[in-house]
Amino acid sequence: MQGLLIETVRCANIGPINLTIEPEQCIGLSGDSGSGKTRLLRTIADLDPHEGLISVNNTEQSAIPGSQWRTWVGLLSSEIAWWYESVGMHFMRWPAELIESVGFSQSIKDQEVARLSSGEKQRLGFARLLALQPTVLLLDEPTANLDRQNRARIESIVHEYQLLGASVLWVSHDPNQIRRVCSKHVRLNQGQLEVIDTVPARSD
Amino acid sequence: MHVIPLSAFDLGLAAFLVLLLAALSIPMRLALSKTLLIAASRAIVQLLLLGLVLKTVFILNDPVWIALIALVMLSVAGYEVMARQQRKFLGLWAYGIGTSAMFVSAFSVTLLALTVIINIEPWYAPRYLIPLLGMLLGNTMNGISLTLDRLTEDAYRQRDSIEARLMLGHTSGQAIEHIRRNALRAGLMPLINAMATAGIVSLPGMMTGQLLGGSPPLEAAKYQILIFLLIAAGSGFGAMGAVWLAEKRLFDERERLRLDRLRTP
Repeated sequence: MQGLLIETVRCANIGPINLTIEPEQCIGLSGDSGSGKTRLLRTIADLDPHEGLISVNNTEQSAIPGSQWRTWVGLLSSEIAWWYESVGMHFMRWPAELIESVGFSQSIKDQEVARLSSGEKQRLGFARLLALQPTVLLLDEPTANLDRQNRARIESIVHEYQLLGASVLWVSHDPNQIRRVCSKHVRLNQGQLEVIDTVPARSD
Repeated sequence: MHVIPLSAFDLGLAAFLVLLLAALSIPMRLALSKTLLIAASRAIVQLLLLGLVLKTVFILNDPVWIALIALVMLSVAGYEVMARQQRKFLGLWAYGIGTSAMFVSAFSVTLLALTVIINIEPWYAPRYLIPLLGMLLGNTMNGISLTLDRLTEDAYRQRDSIEARLMLGHTSGQAIEHIRRNALRAGLMPLINAMATAGIVSLPGMMTGQLLGGSPPLEAAKYQILIFLLIAAGSGFGAMGAVWLAEKRLFDERERLRLDRLRTP
């Protein structure tokens, strides 16, 4: 089984969760605040203790170290943390092209993190994660702080990346966005996943 | 060379100064007088008892008694490290991490000093072993408790940045690197400052004692240098060991940050 496979996963008051995200597929996840969407993403990234099986391209989570797992399964949290002074220090390798495609000039590299707006932090955090080329992308409201133009930028970058074979789980409160970017919509309700609808893959 | 003995009256005069200070702090509403008096009384009683015990131990020169005293010193220091933590680890770890790091570093450095550097016969001669161990334990205790307190407090406050680094595939060691660096700095800075100003701004306690005891100044200085270097090594290795153990506990086998293993203050 290729892609991301989640079988009978339980964590705190969530589960059992079963979900498959195939390569090149993007699934939208919604749910009331407090329903455990973030918790579920953290579980898939193996940041919280849990039960059940999770695998990527036939490799089970427990078969490799946690840090290696998280280079395959990239989680973009809704609050993106920075720990050094300047933007550039947070990158192992500066992804010049990607930085431009999320709407920055190269001079952002030397910018102080403290002077970034929340939207800028979100786009740079997105670039920071995508530069590592994870097989699975877990996006927790990645466009929550963005204007229309930047939202469109992120959506199209994710779509292109997905076509390279990535599996994407996209948390959003906006049903229109889910319809735009996802081929399937699931909702987390009282610890269970329910399928809302399956939309045909968009044709572009 | 001999020490001028201090009479009870001499010490009483010094104690009077502290009483005066305590009395003065009442109208100033410093809420200090009680703790000050308790601490001063503790110091007087503890040191007098230590003097009596050491007197006996020096005469007996029995390794069993010396080992027993060393054990008491270690367990009290271990308790002190634990008591100074705002966010203690749950269970025995709270006591175990600081105590084992202190044991390994302070005891091995003391052993090295006794057998190789000072080279006395027998190596456990209490007149050398107990003061050396005391100096090392006391300073290592400070270094470790400051380091651990800073490490756990910062790990708690900056959990978002640690987890953000984990999300980028960093190992647990990389993810806490920026916090570890600050914790070790905080833990070792008092000692680094003390060494940098030693002899210019302050006369270290041990050297003062030796000078008052009638030792030749150059010999006293050489002993003080030895002690400083040993303390620096002991506290440094102790703090590093404590951080190493604490990190093992802060992360689990899946390299997840486990703040649930810390008690809330």
